Amino acid sequence: MSWFHKEKQPLEAPKAKRVQTEGLWIKCENCKQPLWKKDLEANLFCCPKCNRHFRMTARDRLQMLFDEGVYTEHDQGIRSSDPLHFKDTKAYRDRLKKAQRETGLDDALLTGEGLLEGRRVIICAMEFQFISGSMGAAVGEKITRAIDRCIAGKLPLVIISCSAGARMMEGAVSLMQMAKVSAALARLEEARVPYISVLTDPTTGGVSASFAMLGDLNIAEPGALIGFAGPRVIEQTLRQKLPDGFQRSEFLLEHGMLDAIVPRKEQKGYVSRVLGLLAAPGASGEDPAS
Amino acid sequence: MANQPQESNEARALEQQIAELQQAAESDEVSRAEMERLQAQLQSLRRKPSSKHNGAWDRVLLARHPSRPYTLDYIDLLFTDFTELHGDRRFGDDPAIVGGPARFEGKPVLVVGHQKGRDTKQKLARNFGMAKPEGYRKALRLMQLAAKFGLPIVTLVDTPAAYPGIGAEERGQAEAIAYNLKEIPKLRVPLLVIIHGEGGSGGALGIAVGDHVVMMANAVYSVIPPESCSSILWRDWDHKEEAASILKLTAEDLHGLGIVDEVAPEPPGGSHTDPKAAAELLRPVVRAGLSRLASLPAEQLVKRRHERLRRLATFIS
Repeated sequence: MSWFHKEKQPLEAPKAKRVQTEGLWIKCENCKQPLWKKDLEANLFCCPKCNRHFRMTARDRLQMLFDEGVYTEHDQGIRSSDPLHFKDTKAYRDRLKKAQRETGLDDALLTGEGLLEGRRVIICAMEFQFISGSMGAAVGEKITRAIDRCIAGKLPLVIISCSAGARMMEGAVSLMQMAKVSAALARLEEARVPYISVLTDPTTGGVSASFAMLGDLNIAEPGALIGFAGPRVIEQTLRQKLPDGFQRSEFLLEHGMLDAIVPRKEQKGYVSRVLGLLAAPGASGEDPAS
Repeated sequence: MANQPQESNEARALEQQIAELQQAAESDEVSRAEMERLQAQLQSLRRKPSSKHNGAWDRVLLARHPSRPYTLDYIDLLFTDFTELHGDRRFGDDPAIVGGPARFEGKPVLVVGHQKGRDTKQKLARNFGMAKPEGYRKALRLMQLAAKFGLPIVTLVDTPAAYPGIGAEERGQAEAIAYNLKEIPKLRVPLLVIIHGEGGSGGALGIAVGDHVVMMANAVYSVIPPESCSSILWRDWDHKEEAASILKLTAEDLHGLGIVDEVAPEPPGGSHTDPKAAAELLRPVVRAGLSRLASLPAEQLVKRRHERLRRLATFIS
């Protein structure tokens, strides 16, 4: 052993120290700055320093978009029936119960009807904390019912996607939801009712390959991961590292897959403006002034 | 081949003996008799249900069997005048999807499906049957052409998955599949879908929306390959057999769930043992399917299709 022998093992960073203020502070993964949670909340869960968009719950989404945060929830109580009686290391039923307990939701999607800058709309928001926001029969059914309501009432539709894709634990039943929801969107299109798809981090798999990519407008939040195959699957298939920024919103905009990247703070105004332009009186929507 | 089904050693030994006797049988009466006896024995062995230890995983292996007939084999055996049309008119031609007008028992139809390659060179050329966005866009272009001229569409499904690659993502793999899912239900012609090999998730569904969905007895249809399911849930590939079984991906399972309308029989032992017989077993299924759908007016057909999709739901409310 020479004096200048280099340590083979890289020096380990000390484990994060647990401090008493745990839960009040959060560290931004992007700029590494500590953030006071209340500040983050007040800033619509965007880092006040680098504007990184953090994930939001479905309830916070609806709160943010509806006027005064007021809305009527639709199709409550639609839950998965565990059609495959799926059980791996843990029963799917138990996973569902745990997710329901933790999120207070029945499944990974929340539908609300209310006013957005004075215009009546239906908004569906996905909940990532509920089994990675995955789409099973309950999510598929809730979106389809929301579409039916939009057709019946000539109400514009906004869906905020945040999902890893189809729900594995419901097998081919999940897969069929992609077809079911997309066919329902064809009917919405026929009724000439506007649909704005908002893609947030992440939107992949069966959700991106169905309703999330089928908006009259597809808009995304900055830096969101959006794609069909997850980056890990692609890396495994190609056995190569993927370039920086691959499958991020900016990459998709450049490749012509998005209409715009809209920062969260501008989202409500943007959606309202576009609906005002598309859902002009005499076309399909209602006159906001009436 | 790692993918070969784990047929019993007995069957493999019999195959070996038959192969050895084959040459001698040309000139030797005794050898021929012996060979025929062994062949009969092998047949009856294969007729036994293969689901001794794990039926679902056996099906996965059968569905991926390297000698299983592929889409172009079925086109060759069941259709005449097949005229392959290429390209999506936007970016390129994807060899993982083939299609074009043809005749089925004299009547014009449009056939479209995934195509896998038989040897290494073909496998690479066909990208193992994994389509890219241009493949899905080509399929839709051909289907719309069929709708324009009133041709019923026969869709032959056999793909491990949609291709997960950089170019495919750049050109909008998700959008291409999503767009098909929205546009195919609008077509005012009958859609007969036959899942004859692997029904790999969105990659299969991207062309597999239909009025009547048939699955061959040993085909599989799943939201995720059992290997990936195993690696997500157990963090390794060792539970793929178990994953195959809990995913409920066999024809019977999916028929039970109402996702598949009909299960088409295969020759004993699977379609790979006798592709011609497999095609002949499929023929009446195609005939009946097409004639039943042909009797419906376009309006009703589309309405029925939407209702069929709407029913694909099992939930508690």
